[in-house]
Amino acid sequence: MKAYQRVYTRLEGITKATVSLRAQGVSNDELAVVGGRLAQVVRIKGDVVTLQIFSGTEGIPTNAEVTFLGEPPTLKVSEQLSGRFFDAYGHPIDGGPEIEGEERQIGGPSVNPYKRRQPSQLIPTGIAGIDLNNTLVSGQKIPFFADPDQPYNQVMADVALRADVDKIILGGMGLSNDDYLFFRHSFEAAGALDKIICFINTTENPPVERLLVPDMALTAAEYFAVEKNEKVLVLLTDMTLYADALSIVSNRMDQIPSKDSMPGSLYSDLAKIYEKAVQLPTEGSITIIAVTTLNDGDITHAIPDNTGYITEGQLFLRADSDTGKVIIDPFRSLSRLKQLVQNKKTREDHSQVMNASVRLYADAQNAKTKLENGFDLSDYDHRCLAYAKDYARELLAIDVNISITEMLDTAWKLFGKYFTPAETGIKQALIDKYWVK
Amino acid sequence: MKTKGIVTGIVSNLVTVQVDGPVAENEICYILSGGTKLMAEVIKVNGNAASVQVFESTRGLKGGDTVEFEGKMLEITLGPGLLSSVYDGLQNNLATMTEVFLQRGEYTEPLDREKTWDFQPLAKPGDKVEAADWLGDVKEGWLPHKIMVPFSFRGAYTVKSVKEAGAYNVDTVIATLVSEAGEEVPVTMTQKWPVKLAVKGYKEKPRPNRIMETGVRVIDTMNPIAEGGTGFIPGPFGCGKTVLQHAIAKQGDADVIVMAACGERANEVVEIFTEFPQLIDPHTGRHLMERTTIICNTSNMPVAAREASVYTAMTICEYYRAMGLKCLLLADSTSRWAQALREMSNRMEELPGADAFPVDLSAIISNFYARAGMVVLNNGQTGAVTFIGTVSPAGGNLKEPVTESTKKAARCFYALEQNRADQKRYPAVGPLDSYSKYLDYPEIVAYLDQTVEHGWVEKVLHAKNVIRRGKEAAEQINILGDDGVPMSYHVNFWKSELVDFVILQQDAFDAIDALCPLERQRFMLDLVLEICDKDYEFEDFEKCRDFFKNLINELRQMNYSAWQSEQFEAYNNTIKQLIA
Repeated sequence: MKAYQRVYTRLEGITKATVSLRAQGVSNDELAVVGGRLAQVVRIKGDVVTLQIFSGTEGIPTNAEVTFLGEPPTLKVSEQLSGRFFDAYGHPIDGGPEIEGEERQIGGPSVNPYKRRQPSQLIPTGIAGIDLNNTLVSGQKIPFFADPDQPYNQVMADVALRADVDKIILGGMGLSNDDYLFFRHSFEAAGALDKIICFINTTENPPVERLLVPDMALTAAEYFAVEKNEKVLVLLTDMTLYADALSIVSNRMDQIPSKDSMPGSLYSDLAKIYEKAVQLPTEGSITIIAVTTLNDGDITHAIPDNTGYITEGQLFLRADSDTGKVIIDPFRSLSRLKQLVQNKKTREDHSQVMNASVRLYADAQNAKTKLENGFDLSDYDHRCLAYAKDYARELLAIDVNISITEMLDTAWKLFGKYFTPAETGIKQALIDKYWVK
Repeated sequence: MKTKGIVTGIVSNLVTVQVDGPVAENEICYILSGGTKLMAEVIKVNGNAASVQVFESTRGLKGGDTVEFEGKMLEITLGPGLLSSVYDGLQNNLATMTEVFLQRGEYTEPLDREKTWDFQPLAKPGDKVEAADWLGDVKEGWLPHKIMVPFSFRGAYTVKSVKEAGAYNVDTVIATLVSEAGEEVPVTMTQKWPVKLAVKGYKEKPRPNRIMETGVRVIDTMNPIAEGGTGFIPGPFGCGKTVLQHAIAKQGDADVIVMAACGERANEVVEIFTEFPQLIDPHTGRHLMERTTIICNTSNMPVAAREASVYTAMTICEYYRAMGLKCLLLADSTSRWAQALREMSNRMEELPGADAFPVDLSAIISNFYARAGMVVLNNGQTGAVTFIGTVSPAGGNLKEPVTESTKKAARCFYALEQNRADQKRYPAVGPLDSYSKYLDYPEIVAYLDQTVEHGWVEKVLHAKNVIRRGKEAAEQINILGDDGVPMSYHVNFWKSELVDFVILQQDAFDAIDALCPLERQRFMLDLVLEICDKDYEFEDFEKCRDFFKNLINELRQMNYSAWQSEQFEAYNNTIKQLIA
C-alpha cells in the first residue's frame, strides 16, 4: 500500500459500466479498486472522476470503498510467462504460481515508424488459399473474416502451429469455454505448450474485462520480440466482441455513437492494437492474426470495415457449395504484403499463376450466373466450371496442406488440363517454362 | 508575459484548462506532467476555460497540472534539408530519434543545424523585395532551393546586404533587409510558418493549363490530372488505393513530392522509405528519395497530430511552390483526418452533423483543397501544388460525408470499384464513374492537342464510349443470353473488354508495364481504337470471343515488352495481321 493512498466512500453516479465520484490528485488512465473490483479512470471533470469498472457495476453500493492505485494496468514480464494461462488482468488461471518479473504498463507507446524494417520473411501455412493467393509475412497483421458458424478458431490454430515462430500468444475475448479448451488441447497435443502464452476472457467473464486482453497479449509479445529478439505470433479472437465492449463503455459515458452504434474512435482504438504488429530492426517481430466475426458475411458493418482499413488484408472464410468445403474466398481475401515475398522467397511464376488462377475462377462465377439464369453455356464456360471445382478442392479448401511449389505445380496442372496458354494471359516466358501439356 | 493555466478536466486527449490570461484559437501550449512537456492546441475557449487537444497520450495527466501557452499557432520550420526527411505530423524528425519506441514529449529538430549548404546570392543591395522574393539559392540535391524573404514579412523591404557565395549552415544570416520604417531585419536560411494558414506571396493563381504525367494509363489517358490540379481516390479497402498512390508518387512528373501518411499503416510508410532510396526518378534519373518528404502520422500515433500532418505537408509543398517548383502532395487518407475531427467534436459534445462528423467538415475540406493550384510568382515564374487525396469511405459506400464533401472540392475523381478489384482488374478505377473535369478545360484540350496528338480528347471520349456501349451490351447479354442477342452485341462487348484489358488495366508490379509514358499511351490508344473502329463478322459468338481473347493476349504481351523493342514490334505486326 502506498503512503498517499486515500479511501473514498461516496459514489455520486453509477451506470452499468462506470461509477463517478469526487476525488483529488487522480491521474488519467490510472487504476482504482471500487468495492473490491478493478476499475480505470476514463474521465476527469473538475474534481469529478469517472471510472470504468471492468467486471461491471452489479451490486456496487454508493458507499463502496474506492482506492486509487496510482498506475495504469500493468503486466509482469519475464521468461516465466511461457507456457502459462492468464485471465484478462494477467493473473494465472492454470493453478501455477504468480509471475515474477519486471512490471510493465500495458498499452504503451508505439514503435517509431522510422525504426521499423520492411517485413520480408515468409510464413508458410500449407493452406494454399493463404500461401498461394494471400501469402503471409512476419510482421503482418491480418484478420480472418468469418461468419460465426465457420471453423475460424480451428484454422487459426492450424496456422499457428504450422508457422515457424518462437512464441504463440493467444488473446481470447469472449471465447466460449469449449473453444478455450479446444485451443488448450490442440496446443498440448502438438507438444507446443512451452511456446504458448494465453490471456483468456471467456463468455463467463464480464465483457468489459475484454478490453484489457489485447494490450496484455501485446505487452507480453513486445517483451519477447524486443528483448529476446523472438518471432512472436499473436492470435486475437474475437475482435468483434472486443469492439462490442468498447461500444458498451462509450455508450455508458454518453458519447454520441457513429456508424452501427460504435464509438467514433473505433478506428483509432483498433489501430492502436493492430499497429503493434512490427518487424523490428533486430530479428524480433510481432505478427498478428485475428478473427473478426461477421453478421451474415456483411463486411460493410463498422467493425469489419474499420478493421479492413487498418489490417494488411483479410482472409475471408466461406462455405463453397460446389465442393461442400470451407474455402478461403479468393475474391474477398487479400494479403497486402504478399508481393514482398512472392517471386522473391517463392518461385518466379508465383504472382502470375496466382492472378491467372483467380481470374479464371472469376470467369467460372460468371458462367455459373449464366447457368442459374437458364442460358446455354459455351465450351469455355464449361471448362471454367470444371476448373473451378478442381481449383476449389485442390487449392482453396482449408484442409489442403502442401508446399508452395506443389501449389504452383497444381495450378499449372489445372491450367494445362482446361485451358490454352492464351486463355490464361500469363507472360510468354513463364508459359514456355512451366506449361503442362 | 506568457499565459498560464491549470488542468481541470481530461477525457482521452481532450483536456480543459483554466487560464489566467488571453489565449487564441489554435494557440499552442505545453502541459507539464511528471517531468515531460506535452504539446497541445487550443480548439475552443469558453470564458476562462480553454479546451485543448493534446498531441500525445494523456496517460498519467492530473487535474491541477500546469500549462504554459506559447502565444503562437502550430508552426513548422522551412529551409534546406526538408527533402528526403521523414517527419511526424508535428515535423519532429523521426530519423534522429534514438529509441525504438516513440518517447512521449520528445520533440526533435526538423533541420540539420550543422550541415553547410553552398549559397549563391540572387539579390543585391538596394533591391526592393517583399515576402517570398528570392534572395539567394542553395543546392538541395539537384534542386535549386531558394532562400526567400520570409512569408510572414509584411510590406516592402530594401536589401541592405547579402552574404557572398560560400558554404553556410542554415542559421547563418544570409541577408539583412531594411523595412519601410527603417528597421533592420536579419534573414537566415530558415523561416517559420503556421501550418493552418495558406502561404501567399504570389501574384496570381491562374487556371491550370497543362497535365501532370503519372505513367498510369487510366489517369493520364482517361482522366488526366492537371499540374496544380486536385483529385481524389475513394475506394473500399483492398481495392488498391495505396498501390495506385505509390505508383503516382514514384512516377509523377514533379520536382518535389510530399507524402502524408495520415492515420494509415506504418508498414506502408516503411515501404516508401525502404524502396524510394533505391528507386530512380524516371524524369530526372536521380534517386526518388532526393525529391521526397514523408510526413508520417500512422494510425497508432496520436489522433490530434493526424489533423496537423496534412497541414504540415501542404505547407511544405507551398514553400517549394514559392521557389517556382512543381510539387505533388499525396495524402493517405483524408478520411482519417476527418475522423480525428469527429473524435474531437464528439468529446467536446458539439451537436453532430451527418454520421456524427462535425457540421463544418465540408468547409474544412474545401478550404484545404483550395490551397493547391498553380501560381504565378512575383517574378513571373510559375510553381504548382498538385494534390491527390485518398478517401476511405465507410463500408465502401460513396454516399458518406467525407466522399461527398471531397467531391465538391476536387476536380478529378478516381472511383475504385469493389467488383473490378474482385476480378483483379487493377488499377480498379471505374471507367464510367470516374472523371476529370480538366478534360472540359479548353486550355487543357489545346495543351493535349499540341503535346500528345491533335484531337486527343475526342479519342479519349471515344474510348470511354466504347466502354459504355460494351457495358450496355453486356447487360443485354446477361438478360437475353448469348444466343438471344445480335452478333453486334458480342462485338461491342469484346471491344470494351479490349479497352479494359489493354488501356485501363496495368500491372503495377511489372517493371515495364508499371510506367507507361505519354508517348506510349498515345501509341496504345491509337492502336486499340484502330481495332475498335473496324467492323467484324463472325459465324458465332464463340469465334468472336476467341478472336478478341487472342488479340487481348497479344496486346497485353505488348504492354509487358520494352517500348519499341523487337519483341514489341513483333507483337504489333501479329496484331496488324490479325485485324487486316
